[in-house]
Amino acid sequence: MKILVIAEHNNENVKASTFSTINAASQIDQNIDVLVVGSDCNNVTSELSNTQYIKKILLIDDTKFQNPIAENISKIITSCAEEYTHILAPASTFGKNIMPRVAAILDVAQISDIIKIEGKDTFVRPIYAGNALATVQSQDSKKVITVRPTSFDAVSKEGGNGEIQKLDLDIDISNVEFMGREETKSDRPELGSARVVISGGRGLGSAENFSLLNKIADKLNAAIGASRAAVDAGYISNDSQVGQTGKVVVPDLYIAVGISGAIQHLAGMKESKIIVAINKDEEAPIFNVADYGLCADLFEAIPQLSSELDKLNTIQK
Amino acid sequence: MKILVTVKRVIDYNVQIRVKSDQSGVETDNVKMSMNPPDENAVEEALRIKEAGKADEIIILSIGEEKSQETIRTALAMGADRGIYVKASNDTEPLGVAKIIEKIVDKEKPQLILMGKQAIDDDSNQTGQMVSAKLNWTQATFASKIEIDGDNIKVTREIDEGLETIKMPLPIVATCDLRLNEPRYASLPNIMKAKKKPIESLSAEELGIDITPRLKQLKVIEPPKRSKGIMVADVAELVQKLKNEAKVI
Repeated sequence: MKILVIAEHNNENVKASTFSTINAASQIDQNIDVLVVGSDCNNVTSELSNTQYIKKILLIDDTKFQNPIAENISKIITSCAEEYTHILAPASTFGKNIMPRVAAILDVAQISDIIKIEGKDTFVRPIYAGNALATVQSQDSKKVITVRPTSFDAVSKEGGNGEIQKLDLDIDISNVEFMGREETKSDRPELGSARVVISGGRGLGSAENFSLLNKIADKLNAAIGASRAAVDAGYISNDSQVGQTGKVVVPDLYIAVGISGAIQHLAGMKESKIIVAINKDEEAPIFNVADYGLCADLFEAIPQLSSELDKLNTIQK
Repeated sequence: MKILVTVKRVIDYNVQIRVKSDQSGVETDNVKMSMNPPDENAVEEALRIKEAGKADEIIILSIGEEKSQETIRTALAMGADRGIYVKASNDTEPLGVAKIIEKIVDKEKPQLILMGKQAIDDDSNQTGQMVSAKLNWTQATFASKIEIDGDNIKVTREIDEGLETIKMPLPIVATCDLRLNEPRYASLPNIMKAKKKPIESLSAEELGIDITPRLKQLKVIEPPKRSKGIMVADVAELVQKLKNEAKVI
């Protein structure tokens, strides 16, 4: 068996999702190569060559591939697919965009968003927004898989000794023109990998009120999330959305403020280690999944939480 | 320009699903079924493009068991022109579905295919990308804004980091995000009119497509239940519990 992992990166750094995907791959077999397609991405390859388990880093470094256009990357992957039994990528919007094309070109099924590996051909994946878990066995000779990053810890970024191999491929470039990307910049940890997440819902009432959460997030070094209702109401941008159609998060501590707990939202956070819910409606379904519930007016509770945190001698960051 | 829109009949998003006790799947008998939510956004977008004078015909395609025709009828009642129904098992995998769509595209020659980004039953998020690869067309997944300008199309995509905009010539496959638009409700006169709109019936065998599953579903189980925790009296107690009991801050 031999596995190819598709690296997600921004030409500067490897994304955390890639290290989780490498861990998932290592549970199938530890004969792992990684493919990097990008432009001016020396730092990406050096990070990966130090990473645990990596044998080879296949590199295509060209300004043509500065942006991850699915048509181009899927062709690159399929042209080097032959020697691999498994091809894995993170189930991020990067991987979801590319991997079904790879599977279709290879005429195999894709196994989406796996959360557990039961064997070289058997995997567990959530269906119905995580309300059921399906165990599936692949009958295809090649397995094309996307991995839910939050279900696998990152591998060690040290101690590896991967060899970099430049690929020389002649790929027809797609006629997709990349116009631009609006990334939401933040000094806070990334929502998908933060140790603590504080999320707000419609209960916050306005974008201005939503910023009340910033002070708590600063103190806990938390990422800020939101329910779909809060995003739709325009309190915060959509990349903060936690839920079935947003991000799935599994932090050590998840604090839900003014969130009622729609099935949609629960699908994105109910695997968190500790869940705190603050809501004034004692019937809110969020309390059914909370380890600690506080039935209170959030506009009183949030300032109190801030001052209680100030009283602590130390806070884990 | 013709637009092809695909719709899937799924368990309604408001229904709390039940896993069958023999672990063979999810209970669908006597359960409310509806159009897959992002497919409604795809239908709505097609209607808006046609209303703006940029398309002549909207064809609705559904693949599945007999009752999928009801879902086509819903889209026709929203305003689409005609339907194509392909009989196949409801468990047909995305690869098989993509092959069926490819055949229909060969026949109908649409310039734009609009699909939901994901079906809320199997959550695969694959079919649109597979159709695009099979046809060797370009794709624009997770679309939250679509602008057609002559032979070109500009799509804003929802990605993990924020938003991304790409531009390309038609034909393309676009998969629709829930934020693309607000789907309309069918009016009573339009529901009546839709009853007279044609739906062509085909089957996967007639089309000569092998849709044998590639994945064997070994079992379906409920996820481990989270036990209900405790209610705290005030913020001070909450912070003490988080510090000393859960040890997370």
